Amino acid sequence: MDYQDGNALAGPLSEIFTLDVTVAQGTCAGCGLRGPLAGLHVYGAAPGLVARCPGCEEVVLTLVRGPKDVWLDMRGAVSLRIPVTE
Amino acid sequence: MIKRLNWRVATLVSTRQETPTARTLVFDVPGWPGHLPGQHVDVRLTAPDGYSTQRSYSIANASSEDRLELTVQTVGDGEVSPYLTEVLEPGDQIELRGPVGGWFVWRPHSSPPVLLVGGGSGIVPLMAMVRSRGKSDTPFRLLYSLRDPGQLFYADELEKVMAGVEVAYLYTRIAPPDAGRAAGRLQAADLIAYGWPPETAPDVYVCGPTGFVEAAADLLTGLGHDPAKIRTERFGPTGG
Repeated sequence: MDYQDGNALAGPLSEIFTLDVTVAQGTCAGCGLRGPLAGLHVYGAAPGLVARCPGCEEVVLTLVRGPKDVWLDMRGAVSLRIPVTE
Repeated sequence: MIKRLNWRVATLVSTRQETPTARTLVFDVPGWPGHLPGQHVDVRLTAPDGYSTQRSYSIANASSEDRLELTVQTVGDGEVSPYLTEVLEPGDQIELRGPVGGWFVWRPHSSPPVLLVGGGSGIVPLMAMVRSRGKSDTPFRLLYSLRDPGQLFYADELEKVMAGVEVAYLYTRIAPPDAGRAAGRLQAADLIAYGWPPETAPDVYVCGPTGFVEAAADLLTGLGHDPAKIRTERFGPTGG
Protein backbone atom coordinates (compact mmCIF):
# COMPACT_ATOMS: atom_id res chain seq x y z
CA MET A 1 0.00 0.00 0.00
CA ASP A 2 1.16 3.49 -0.86
CA TYR A 3 2.16 5.90 1.87
CA GLN A 4 3.55 9.36 2.53
CA ASP A 5 6.46 10.46 4.69
CA GLY A 6 6.01 11.76 8.19
CA ASN A 7 6.54 15.19 6.65
CA ALA A 8 2.80 15.05 6.00
CA LEU A 9 2.21 15.16 9.77
CA ALA A 10 3.70 18.64 10.04
CA GLY A 11 0.50 20.52 9.26
CA PRO A 12 -1.90 18.47 11.38
CA LEU A 13 0.55 18.42 14.33
CA SER A 14 1.12 22.17 14.06
CA GLU A 15 -2.41 22.52 15.30
CA ILE A 16 -1.49 21.13 18.73
CA PHE A 17 2.28 21.64 19.13
CA THR A 18 4.12 24.94 19.03
CA LEU A 19 7.34 23.29 17.80
CA ASP A 20 7.67 21.36 14.56
CA VAL A 21 7.53 17.84 15.99
CA THR A 22 8.37 16.15 12.68
CA VAL A 23 12.06 16.86 13.34
CA ALA A 24 11.89 15.18 16.77
CA GLN A 25 13.73 11.86 17.09
CA GLY A 26 11.30 9.13 18.05
CA THR A 27 12.07 5.65 19.33
CA CYS A 28 9.82 2.86 18.10
CA ALA A 29 8.26 0.76 20.85
CA GLY A 30 8.22 -2.21 18.49
CA CYS A 31 11.82 -2.48 17.30
CA GLY A 32 13.70 0.34 19.00
CA LEU A 33 14.54 2.10 15.75
CA ARG A 34 15.29 5.79 16.25
CA GLY A 35 14.60 8.44 13.67
CA PRO A 36 12.74 11.65 12.94
CA LEU A 37 8.97 11.56 12.83
CA ALA A 38 9.42 12.91 9.29
CA GLY A 39 10.77 9.47 8.38
CA LEU A 40 7.68 7.55 9.46
CA HIS A 41 5.40 5.97 6.87
CA VAL A 42 2.05 7.73 6.94
CA TYR A 43 -1.08 6.02 5.69
CA GLY A 44 -4.46 7.59 5.12
CA ALA A 45 -5.40 11.23 4.74
CA ALA A 46 -6.50 13.95 7.10
CA PRO A 47 -8.59 13.84 9.24
CA GLY A 48 -7.29 10.34 10.08
CA LEU A 49 -3.59 9.49 9.83
CA VAL A 50 -1.69 6.38 10.88
CA ALA A 51 2.11 6.61 11.09
CA ARG A 52 4.13 3.42 11.07
CA CYS A 53 7.78 2.66 11.81
CA PRO A 54 9.87 2.44 8.62
CA GLY A 55 11.79 -0.45 10.21
CA CYS A 56 9.10 -2.81 11.49
CA GLU A 57 5.86 -1.20 10.24
CA GLU A 58 4.37 -1.17 13.73
CA VAL A 59 2.00 1.72 14.38
CA VAL A 60 3.93 4.51 16.11
CA LEU A 61 1.20 7.10 16.28
CA THR A 62 -2.29 7.82 15.07
CA LEU A 63 -3.79 11.26 14.73
CA VAL A 64 -7.48 11.89 14.27
CA ARG A 65 -8.92 15.35 13.86
CA GLY A 66 -12.55 15.50 14.92
CA PRO A 67 -14.83 18.51 14.83
CA LYS A 68 -14.25 19.21 18.52
CA ASP A 69 -10.89 17.65 19.37
CA VAL A 70 -7.66 16.19 18.13
CA TRP A 71 -6.97 12.65 19.28
CA LEU A 72 -3.28 11.72 19.32
CA ASP A 73 -2.37 8.13 20.19
CA MET A 74 1.38 7.63 20.61
CA ARG A 75 1.48 4.15 22.08
CA GLY A 76 4.10 3.04 19.57
CA ALA A 77 6.66 5.65 20.58
CA VAL A 78 8.87 5.04 23.60
CA SER A 79 10.11 8.60 23.62
CA LEU A 80 10.43 11.76 21.61
CA ARG A 81 13.66 13.76 21.63
CA ILE A 82 12.87 17.28 20.56
CA PRO A 83 15.62 19.66 19.48
CA VAL A 84 15.35 23.08 21.08
CA THR A 85 17.40 26.25 20.98
CA GLU A 86 18.14 28.61 23.84
CA MET B 1 -9.21 24.88 24.68
CA ILE B 2 -6.43 25.45 22.18
CA LYS B 3 -7.02 27.89 19.37
CA ARG B 4 -4.22 27.42 16.88
CA LEU B 5 -5.93 26.77 13.60
CA ASN B 6 -3.84 29.39 11.83
CA TRP B 7 -5.45 29.00 8.43
CA ARG B 8 -4.70 31.95 6.18
CA VAL B 9 -6.64 33.25 3.22
CA ALA B 10 -4.68 33.30 -0.01
CA THR B 11 -5.75 35.11 -3.18
CA LEU B 12 -4.71 33.78 -6.57
CA VAL B 13 -2.81 36.47 -8.45
CA SER B 14 -1.66 34.72 -11.61
CA THR B 15 -0.87 31.32 -13.08
CA ARG B 16 1.77 29.82 -15.36
CA GLN B 17 1.08 26.66 -17.30
CA GLU B 18 4.06 24.32 -16.85
CA THR B 19 2.76 21.35 -18.86
CA PRO B 20 -0.69 20.49 -20.25
CA THR B 21 -1.56 19.00 -16.84
CA ALA B 22 0.38 21.13 -14.38
CA ARG B 23 0.38 24.78 -13.53
CA THR B 24 2.04 27.14 -11.11
CA LEU B 25 -0.29 29.21 -8.96
CA VAL B 26 0.96 32.52 -7.59
CA PHE B 27 -0.85 33.58 -4.44
CA ASP B 28 -0.90 36.78 -2.47
CA VAL B 29 -0.88 35.85 1.22
CA PRO B 30 -1.03 38.88 3.51
CA GLY B 31 1.22 38.37 6.52
CA TRP B 32 3.05 35.39 5.04
CA PRO B 33 6.00 34.86 7.40
CA GLY B 34 8.36 33.52 4.74
CA HIS B 35 9.50 29.92 4.44
CA LEU B 36 12.45 27.60 4.00
CA PRO B 37 12.86 25.79 0.68
CA GLY B 38 11.36 22.31 0.95
CA GLN B 39 8.54 23.29 3.28
CA HIS B 40 4.94 22.74 2.30
CA VAL B 41 1.49 24.10 2.96
CA ASP B 42 -1.82 22.41 3.59
CA VAL B 43 -4.52 23.71 1.26
CA ARG B 44 -8.12 23.55 2.43
CA LEU B 45 -11.12 23.85 0.16
CA THR B 46 -14.61 24.18 1.55
CA ALA B 47 -17.73 23.65 -0.54
CA PRO B 48 -20.83 25.83 -0.10
CA ASP B 49 -22.48 22.94 1.80
CA GLY B 50 -19.66 22.95 4.33
CA TYR B 51 -17.86 19.87 3.04
CA SER B 52 -14.17 20.48 3.48
CA THR B 53 -11.06 18.70 2.27
CA GLN B 54 -7.34 19.37 2.45
CA ARG B 55 -4.10 18.39 0.72
CA SER B 56 -0.42 19.13 1.17
CA TYR B 57 1.54 20.91 -1.55
CA SER B 58 5.21 21.75 -1.69
CA ILE B 59 6.14 25.40 -2.00
CA ALA B 60 7.85 26.17 -5.32
CA ASN B 61 9.29 29.65 -4.86
CA ALA B 62 12.08 31.07 -2.75
CA SER B 63 10.88 32.84 0.37
CA SER B 64 9.17 36.09 -0.47
CA GLU B 65 7.08 38.57 1.44
CA ASP B 66 3.34 38.02 0.97
CA ARG B 67 3.97 35.81 -2.06
CA LEU B 68 3.60 32.08 -2.39
CA GLU B 69 3.89 29.81 -5.42
CA LEU B 70 2.65 26.25 -5.70
CA THR B 71 3.02 24.02 -8.74
CA VAL B 72 0.23 21.50 -8.91
CA GLN B 73 -0.02 18.44 -11.13
CA THR B 74 -3.51 17.28 -11.98
CA VAL B 75 -4.29 13.89 -10.49
CA GLY B 76 -6.96 12.34 -12.70
CA ASP B 77 -9.43 11.25 -10.04
CA GLY B 78 -8.21 13.84 -7.55
CA GLU B 79 -10.57 15.89 -5.46
CA VAL B 80 -8.46 19.00 -5.04
CA SER B 81 -5.83 19.15 -7.78
CA PRO B 82 -8.21 19.52 -10.79
CA TYR B 83 -9.82 22.44 -9.02
CA LEU B 84 -6.45 24.11 -8.53
CA THR B 85 -5.17 23.42 -12.04
CA GLU B 86 -8.34 23.98 -14.07
CA VAL B 87 -10.98 25.92 -12.14
CA LEU B 88 -9.36 28.47 -9.81
CA GLU B 89 -9.04 31.92 -11.42
CA PRO B 90 -7.14 35.06 -10.44
CA GLY B 91 -9.02 36.80 -7.67
CA ASP B 92 -10.34 33.52 -6.23
CA GLN B 93 -9.42 32.64 -2.67
CA ILE B 94 -8.42 29.47 -0.88
CA GLU B 95 -7.37 28.71 2.69
CA LEU B 96 -3.93 27.48 3.54
CA ARG B 97 -1.91 26.56 6.59
CA GLY B 98 1.83 26.84 6.80
CA PRO B 99 4.63 26.92 6.11
CA VAL B 100 5.04 23.52 7.77
CA GLY B 101 7.71 20.84 7.91
CA GLY B 102 11.21 21.32 9.26
CA TRP B 103 12.78 18.10 8.05
CA PHE B 104 12.81 18.16 4.26
CA VAL B 105 14.36 21.62 4.10
CA TRP B 106 17.61 23.07 2.89
CA ARG B 107 19.03 25.85 5.00
CA PRO B 108 20.91 28.24 2.74
CA HIS B 109 23.76 28.68 5.25
CA SER B 110 24.69 24.99 5.20
CA SER B 111 27.93 24.25 3.38
CA PRO B 112 28.15 20.65 2.05
CA PRO B 113 27.42 20.11 -1.64
CA VAL B 114 23.78 19.45 -2.37
CA LEU B 115 22.39 16.59 -4.43
CA LEU B 116 18.78 16.91 -5.52
CA VAL B 117 17.00 13.91 -7.02
CA GLY B 118 13.50 14.56 -8.27
CA GLY B 119 10.96 12.38 -10.02
CA GLY B 120 8.08 14.00 -11.92
CA SER B 121 6.41 16.71 -9.88
CA GLY B 122 8.89 15.89 -7.12
CA ILE B 123 10.91 18.64 -8.75
CA VAL B 124 8.77 21.28 -7.01
CA PRO B 125 10.40 21.54 -3.55
CA LEU B 126 13.81 20.94 -5.15
CA MET B 127 13.22 23.93 -7.41
CA ALA B 128 12.49 25.99 -4.31
CA MET B 129 15.95 24.98 -3.08
CA VAL B 130 17.58 25.89 -6.40
CA ARG B 131 15.78 29.24 -6.38
CA SER B 132 16.80 29.89 -2.78
CA ARG B 133 20.43 29.14 -3.47
CA GLY B 134 20.94 32.56 -5.02
CA LYS B 135 24.58 33.51 -4.94
CA SER B 136 25.51 30.94 -2.31
CA ASP B 137 28.79 29.08 -2.82
CA THR B 138 27.18 25.70 -2.16
CA PRO B 139 27.46 23.62 -5.34
CA PHE B 140 24.22 21.95 -6.46
CA ARG B 141 23.60 18.98 -8.69
CA LEU B 142 20.07 18.22 -9.76
CA LEU B 143 18.95 14.92 -11.27
CA TYR B 144 15.51 15.40 -12.75
CA SER B 145 13.72 12.22 -13.75
CA LEU B 146 10.74 12.74 -16.04
CA ARG B 147 8.69 10.67 -18.42
CA ASP B 148 9.28 12.69 -21.57
CA PRO B 149 10.26 16.23 -22.61
CA GLY B 150 6.61 17.32 -22.51
CA GLN B 151 6.53 16.80 -18.76
CA LEU B 152 9.27 19.32 -18.02
CA PHE B 153 8.44 21.92 -15.38
CA TYR B 154 10.26 25.28 -15.20
CA ALA B 155 11.75 24.75 -18.68
CA ASP B 156 12.77 28.37 -19.31
CA GLU B 157 14.35 28.77 -15.93
CA LEU B 158 16.24 25.48 -15.95
CA GLU B 159 17.48 26.12 -19.47
CA LYS B 160 19.42 29.17 -18.39
CA VAL B 161 22.86 28.25 -17.23
CA MET B 162 23.01 28.74 -13.49
CA ALA B 163 26.55 29.00 -12.15
CA GLY B 164 27.06 26.36 -9.50
CA VAL B 165 23.98 24.34 -10.45
CA GLU B 166 24.37 21.34 -12.74
CA VAL B 167 21.18 19.80 -14.10
CA ALA B 168 20.85 16.33 -15.62
CA TYR B 169 17.58 15.22 -17.23
CA LEU B 170 16.78 11.54 -16.94
CA TYR B 171 13.95 10.65 -19.31
CA THR B 172 12.21 7.44 -18.40
CA ARG B 173 10.00 6.80 -21.47
CA ILE B 174 10.91 9.09 -24.35
CA ALA B 175 14.24 10.91 -24.54
CA PRO B 176 14.96 13.67 -27.06
CA PRO B 177 17.56 12.71 -29.69
CA ASP B 178 20.26 14.85 -28.08
CA ALA B 179 19.71 13.48 -24.56
CA GLY B 180 22.92 11.47 -24.50
CA ARG B 181 21.25 8.81 -22.42
CA ALA B 182 18.74 6.16 -23.44
CA ALA B 183 15.29 6.47 -21.89
CA GLY B 184 14.99 4.46 -18.73
CA ARG B 185 14.51 4.55 -15.01
CA LEU B 186 17.04 6.04 -12.62
CA GLN B 187 20.06 3.78 -12.19
CA ALA B 188 23.16 3.72 -10.02
CA ALA B 189 25.15 4.73 -13.12
CA ASP B 190 23.14 7.97 -13.29
CA LEU B 191 23.92 8.83 -9.70
CA ILE B 192 27.59 8.13 -10.32
CA ALA B 193 27.68 10.13 -13.55
CA TYR B 194 25.63 13.15 -12.46
CA GLY B 195 25.62 13.09 -8.64
CA TRP B 196 28.27 13.67 -6.00
CA PRO B 197 30.50 10.85 -4.80
CA PRO B 198 29.68 9.71 -1.25
CA GLU B 199 33.12 10.89 -0.04
CA THR B 200 32.02 14.49 -0.53
CA ALA B 201 29.23 13.86 2.02
CA PRO B 202 26.53 15.79 0.18
CA ASP B 203 23.20 16.74 1.66
CA VAL B 204 20.79 14.65 -0.40
CA TYR B 205 17.13 15.46 -1.03
CA VAL B 206 14.94 12.98 -2.87
CA CYS B 207 11.36 13.79 -3.81
CA GLY B 208 8.85 12.02 -6.02
CA PRO B 209 6.33 9.20 -6.09
CA THR B 210 6.84 6.56 -3.41
CA GLY B 211 8.34 3.94 -5.75
CA PHE B 212 10.81 6.44 -7.20
CA VAL B 213 11.91 7.65 -3.76
CA GLU B 214 12.38 4.10 -2.46
CA ALA B 215 14.46 3.14 -5.49
CA ALA B 216 16.57 6.29 -5.40
CA ALA B 217 17.24 6.03 -1.65
CA ASP B 218 18.23 2.37 -2.02
CA LEU B 219 20.60 3.16 -4.89
CA LEU B 220 22.17 6.02 -2.93
CA THR B 221 22.79 3.95 0.19
CA GLY B 222 24.06 1.14 -2.04
CA LEU B 223 26.66 3.55 -3.44
CA GLY B 224 27.79 4.37 0.08
CA HIS B 225 25.86 7.54 0.90
CA ASP B 226 25.12 7.93 4.59
CA PRO B 227 21.39 7.20 5.11
CA ALA B 228 21.32 9.95 7.73
CA LYS B 229 22.20 12.49 5.02
CA ILE B 230 19.39 11.41 2.71
CA ARG B 231 16.12 13.24 3.26
CA THR B 232 13.04 12.12 1.41
CA GLU B 233 9.59 13.37 0.58
CA ARG B 234 7.14 10.95 -0.95
CA PHE B 235 3.89 11.66 -2.66
CA GLY B 236 1.34 9.35 -1.16
CA PRO B 237 -1.98 8.12 -2.43
CA THR B 238 -3.65 11.34 -1.36
CA GLY B 239 -1.78 13.64 -3.70
CA GLY B 240 -5.04 14.43 -5.52
